[in-house]
Amino acid sequence: MFTPHTKQDEQEMLAAVGVSSVKELLNKIPADLLYPNYHLPAALTEQQLTAHLHALAAENKPLKNFIGAGMYRHFIPAAVPALSGRGEFLTAYTPYQAEASQGTLQTIYEFQSCICALFDMDVATASHYDGATALAEAVLAAHRVTGREEVIVSSLLHPHYKEVLATYTRHSAVRLTEAKPTSEGTLDVQALKNQVSDKTACVVISTPNFLGYVEQAGEISKIAHEKGALLVAQVNPLSLGLLQTPGSYDADFAVAEGQPLGNPVSFGGPGLGIMTAKKAYMRQLPGRMVGIAKDKNGKRAFVLTLQAREQHIRREKAASNICSNEAICALNAVIYLTLLGPQGLKEVAELNVERAHQLAEKINKVKGFKVLSVAPFFNEFVVTCPVPASEVIEKLAAKGIGAGYDLGQTCEQMKNALLVCATELSTPEDISAYISALEEI
Amino acid sequence: MENLLSIEKSQSGRRGVRFEKTAKHDYLPSDVLRTSAPKLPEMSEFDTVRHFTRLSQQNYSLDGQFYPLGSCTMKYNPKAYDVLSVLEPFANAHPFAPESAVQGTLRVMYELQELLKEITGLSAFTLQPAAGAHGELTGILTVRAYHDAHKNSSRTEVIVPDTAHGTNPATANMAGYTVVNIKSAADGCVDKQALQAALSDKTAAVMLTVPNTVGLFEKDIREIADMVHKAGALLYMDGANFNALIGLAKPADFGVDVMHLNLHKTFAAPHGGGGPGSGPVGAAKHVAPFLPKPIVEKKDGKYTLLGEMPQSLGKMKAFYGNIAVVLRGYCYLRQFDAATLKNIAEKAILNANYVRAKLKGKFDAFFDVNCMHECVLSIDPAKMNGVHTADVAKRLLDYGFYAPTIYFPLIVPEAMMIEPTETESKETLDAFVGALEKIYDEIFANPQLVHDAPHTQPVSRIDEVSAARQPNLRW
Repeated sequence: MFTPHTKQDEQEMLAAVGVSSVKELLNKIPADLLYPNYHLPAALTEQQLTAHLHALAAENKPLKNFIGAGMYRHFIPAAVPALSGRGEFLTAYTPYQAEASQGTLQTIYEFQSCICALFDMDVATASHYDGATALAEAVLAAHRVTGREEVIVSSLLHPHYKEVLATYTRHSAVRLTEAKPTSEGTLDVQALKNQVSDKTACVVISTPNFLGYVEQAGEISKIAHEKGALLVAQVNPLSLGLLQTPGSYDADFAVAEGQPLGNPVSFGGPGLGIMTAKKAYMRQLPGRMVGIAKDKNGKRAFVLTLQAREQHIRREKAASNICSNEAICALNAVIYLTLLGPQGLKEVAELNVERAHQLAEKINKVKGFKVLSVAPFFNEFVVTCPVPASEVIEKLAAKGIGAGYDLGQTCEQMKNALLVCATELSTPEDISAYISALEEI
Repeated sequence: MENLLSIEKSQSGRRGVRFEKTAKHDYLPSDVLRTSAPKLPEMSEFDTVRHFTRLSQQNYSLDGQFYPLGSCTMKYNPKAYDVLSVLEPFANAHPFAPESAVQGTLRVMYELQELLKEITGLSAFTLQPAAGAHGELTGILTVRAYHDAHKNSSRTEVIVPDTAHGTNPATANMAGYTVVNIKSAADGCVDKQALQAALSDKTAAVMLTVPNTVGLFEKDIREIADMVHKAGALLYMDGANFNALIGLAKPADFGVDVMHLNLHKTFAAPHGGGGPGSGPVGAAKHVAPFLPKPIVEKKDGKYTLLGEMPQSLGKMKAFYGNIAVVLRGYCYLRQFDAATLKNIAEKAILNANYVRAKLKGKFDAFFDVNCMHECVLSIDPAKMNGVHTADVAKRLLDYGFYAPTIYFPLIVPEAMMIEPTETESKETLDAFVGALEKIYDEIFANPQLVHDAPHTQPVSRIDEVSAARQPNLRW
């Protein structure tokens, strides 16, 4: 049983409380609301539950996966879940009692530090729900910082991120407009130059963007800053093992979905919202942060800090209502980054680039299929197919292959366009299987 | 001894993982590459394992210690769910995989939606919100979408009683509403006159935490619902405290229009040191069309996310929710039938009342009445030798207990909020009460001992003010 009370315990406890039954303790609940009928399935034992969940899991079909589009399957070293799964981490609460939570607090400090180093940014928070909500909160912060209302958003942002941004800003003064793409799969920088004005709060870019291509972030950053607008960059954190950092192109806020760092895709959640900023905006950031302090004996200690920004102190005046975040996912990420170090991270990033480019080269040789490859890409790219992408996906699924993401879902003109991803997990054998399947279409 | 940071243990050239070698190539132009290596630690796998194992040991956790945190429902997290929620076919399911390849995951989501509907009486559930506060925001934006669809844009206010959860006002503000705070009556429940005075044709919703944060059931809940509905507003229930009601009563019967639940509280998902959580939101029939999209439907024996929701508020996060946590909630509800759920709520309530009764005379409840799943005590430092709640909390750490929630709710001076949950045994509660009784004696015999606590932790009391003044947030 889930409750440990013996009959005798129960009797002694009721006597101590001074009632004869628990029902007496419920006297404030109107009697006709109490004990309604429930139609629930029979209780399963742990053994039955285990069999049941294994049966449900078997209803998912394993795929050779070439789907990315915001969630990426990567190799997760065994030490990552072995350490983060320790009950001492997993069953702790938010570290409000700092003295009894130094372990969790230090891991968050190390997470913030690793993320700052990876992004070349000044500050990082303890985490947000996911990349999309982190982006939305960064945009709201940029709006508060600049006092401006217009936000120019890359049309090549993930479609879910666009929807979340619309939800989060709908009841604020923020007005969203889109920056146009070129046919090369990146933003039209010249058009953007004419679009940014002294009314622009921020320009939001995604790099690599939703189509997989690296944007001219430095150019775009200059265009935004010339008009006093901020740059908000959404990036793939694993790509930063190799690619230019948000700090290097002077981003004001940089956000990411941190899932690629040691977390499974898990049907899209939990994710790991990474939020970073320049130091000047530290006090505008929503969410928890851990800092170094001293205890009363002068010993180094870790503590939740800058809490005056948060909802439990500022109530309705807080920047955000966020409290629980994605601490275990952040722990996975910091363990992953600690295991890999700078060299391992560079290697895995290079392996992603190599596998994706090998796949692209081979796809280009299949009759009727063409890879869009003008701008540089990391581990994802667009393929134009001779038939609708949805058809390719269906045919490859029948062969146990996840072909990619159907870009026709986002706009009708792209119905033959397939977004394809390869990571270090895409073995040469998987790539061969993919090519053979395409050849049969 | 101070704990070293990983970066302080770093040795150039060490590493924990290596990957296959790549050939030299120039796939990427040099102007898009990073120019210097990130300052990450360089450690072996063994160093890393020691480092994080050692850190884990510097934590109180539910697996190790009684964790009587009010409002947080720190109940036992069954080990089976740790294993079952990450079975490879679940962990590797891609959110954009063809639906035919992820029927197992979709079925779990669908069935959890159905189970949550049954235990709350509501008509629809979304599993998308990532946490409780995210659920609140989802719920209030659902309310807003409902009013907007009814061309009711003049409703600009949300009423929040002072016994609501702390996130409620910030939530209403994020949704673009003006917050109207109302004071509670002397009995700790909603003051109906104050509520009536605050309600108007400007009211969009009333956010009620049930049971409220002083651990009391809102005895006039149905009358309150009628008043709210008469004013044309919706009743939002913060269900973070649903552990007190599961198997006992259905919020839909109270007249609740929208509510959120916390799978990481009531449904035994672990807190993870601050997440990930999951905050499903349920809605009554007239509000259901406005929930975030998509919701899993069952059509012709198949589960799908492709149903149309033309009136939906949109999306609250990318993809469909914290599915690994959803899996744990599903496991929980499959392990217990209605009779067991009732027993769970009853034992949670019994445990809280037992602690309250045993401490009476030394640490008294602020409202001296039977409570639900948690009791809120209050200390008067003038009568306690100058000792404050924070001192008692820190001293409890020395006795091997995590501290209760302190200084919340704000309406209780020097509050100490204790929620034992149903999974704690009488022996544990007796030991906890015994520790508080000893601390009570210490307060009079040796108050300095209590003032200076904790004495047994890796660090002693921390200067939080200086940490905020000159923040050091990274190496």
